[in-house]
Amino acid sequence: MARNKTREKKDAKITWKEMKRQGFLMIVSLVVVIYGIIFYYWPLTGWIMAFQNYKPKKGLLGSKFVGLDKFKFLFGDEVFIKVIRNTFAMGVINLVATTIMAVLFAIILNEVRRAWIKKPIQTISYLPHFLSWIVVTSILHVSLSPTGIVNDLLMRAGFIKQAINFFAFPKYFWPIVAFANCWKETGWNAIIYLAAITAIDPALYEAASIDGADRLQKIRYITFPGIKPTFLILLLMNVGNVLNAGFEVQYLLGNGLVQSVSQTIDIYVLKWGISQNDYSLGTAAGLFKSAVSIAIIVIANKISKKYSDQRLF
Amino acid sequence: MNEKKYEVRKPISDTIFEVFVVVFLVLFVVITLYPVLNTIVLSFNDGIDAVRGGIYLWPRKFSMKNYKTVFAMQNIWVGARVTVARTVIATVTSLVANALLAFVVSRKRFLFKSQLSLFWVITMYVNGGMIPVFLLYKNLGLTGTFHVYWIPGMISAFNMLVMRTYMEGIPESLEESAQLDGAGYWRIFKDIISPLCKPVYATIALFIAVWQWNSWFDAMLYNRMKTEYTTLQYELMKLLSSVMQQSGSAENAKNGAATITPITIRSAVTVATMLPIVCLYPFLQRYFVTGLTIGGVKE
Repeated sequence: MARNKTREKKDAKITWKEMKRQGFLMIVSLVVVIYGIIFYYWPLTGWIMAFQNYKPKKGLLGSKFVGLDKFKFLFGDEVFIKVIRNTFAMGVINLVATTIMAVLFAIILNEVRRAWIKKPIQTISYLPHFLSWIVVTSILHVSLSPTGIVNDLLMRAGFIKQAINFFAFPKYFWPIVAFANCWKETGWNAIIYLAAITAIDPALYEAASIDGADRLQKIRYITFPGIKPTFLILLLMNVGNVLNAGFEVQYLLGNGLVQSVSQTIDIYVLKWGISQNDYSLGTAAGLFKSAVSIAIIVIANKISKKYSDQRLF
Repeated sequence: MNEKKYEVRKPISDTIFEVFVVVFLVLFVVITLYPVLNTIVLSFNDGIDAVRGGIYLWPRKFSMKNYKTVFAMQNIWVGARVTVARTVIATVTSLVANALLAFVVSRKRFLFKSQLSLFWVITMYVNGGMIPVFLLYKNLGLTGTFHVYWIPGMISAFNMLVMRTYMEGIPESLEESAQLDGAGYWRIFKDIISPLCKPVYATIALFIAVWQWNSWFDAMLYNRMKTEYTTLQYELMKLLSSVMQQSGSAENAKNGAATITPITIRSAVTVATMLPIVCLYPFLQRYFVTGLTIGGVKE
């Protein structure tokens, strides 16, 4: 008992001393918390605008509350329903396509044993990630133009008689966006998968070889299970971003003819909120997006927790 | 090597598989590189000649005129200056801010360690959205200034978490022995932790710099009217968007060439914009590979 007591006393003393010693840590914390409140938490109060008829002159406190009117307008707007569909569809297609490509690329690259082949390919694969979406869409536009390589190849192969203006038809838009995402991020996303594959015990592959497994079997029974945890955690992290994945490409590649399939929630917010100055409507659309995103994350986390031991929080 | 030792003979399925691997990788490399190379080639080709199409891996009618035209554009130079300035300033400030925060959060004995972590993790999932943020910057007087490029995004929870994970891997005993020698936390940060964190600092600096270099949306949203704060990417975007609008109108392909910016000029601006990063990134490879691997296994 006595020993315990002195120990407690000593702990308390250390804590007090620590407090003083931690002064620097406290000051940094205070500064970053103030910064965080201003730039990350304060905008959350702006959500009130979604329930108001916000007028900049009257401010957040003076503007009239209109309840759910803005949301009623949103869901009565045919365009917005299409916008939700577009955002979801492209988000899911992109997530699936980029994940498959990254896993495939990582597995295949891992099968290359010679470093002098593997290294340069890997370096090349990162290249598009470092280009901005502007540059990527610019390059894409050149390649898909009537005189570009894609039309050229298609015509030479005899698939088409006349050059297609790919950007003028809604049916091409989602595939183009998915391709653009894969083109840009496959190599980059594969980094984590390659790291996961490297971490697999080589003894497993050796044992499989002795048992007469061919390479495909080894991939199926050793590599796949080996990268499953990485795959799940990344899926979990990205699934909440499905609705966020729809802005830059769509904004840059969209035009009047494909508007019905290219517009996403963010573009809708930009159009109504910033260009038309209807802050309330823009905020309502943004709030809807945030709410759905958070719901998706929570649900995905629950599901993942139930069926595997992977979770985010 | 090990495989060879045990394998008696290669199954036929392996041969098929190897062919598939080669085909896949060749296609991958071609699809990745060709559009970039083609853009570079186009930028060195004569503008009128390029309209005919059929230019692949070498210019048909070599010309430096595109670059001359581009470098004569005043706004490109303004954009370049602003882009370099924002990249340098934001990289330095943001790196220091994130590093300090990561340092604080990774101190095992810090009293508010978990609360402070949570405070920042929440920002990754919940944010006000475009409009409230826009109004905030407007009210703070950040719109229409250069500061909107580096102040708002200075601390990012993701970058901070990557650094935190790295710092948590540094043995605590180093900190303890320094404390016994009478070093305060600032000195521990500056002289003990930071030198050990060089790889992760490089990684995060690269992430921030690339992000800054490639940003255009903030220039469009907050500084649309301020031509003196335009960025390189935004200038390219303006050139491109006029073309995209043309794609939208039905009969552009044939008679559009006169009114829109020629494909060769756009290619030249594109090349000028991507060149610095394309030349730099291969040398920084090991940094972002480690950084991303740390980031992937965080928590």
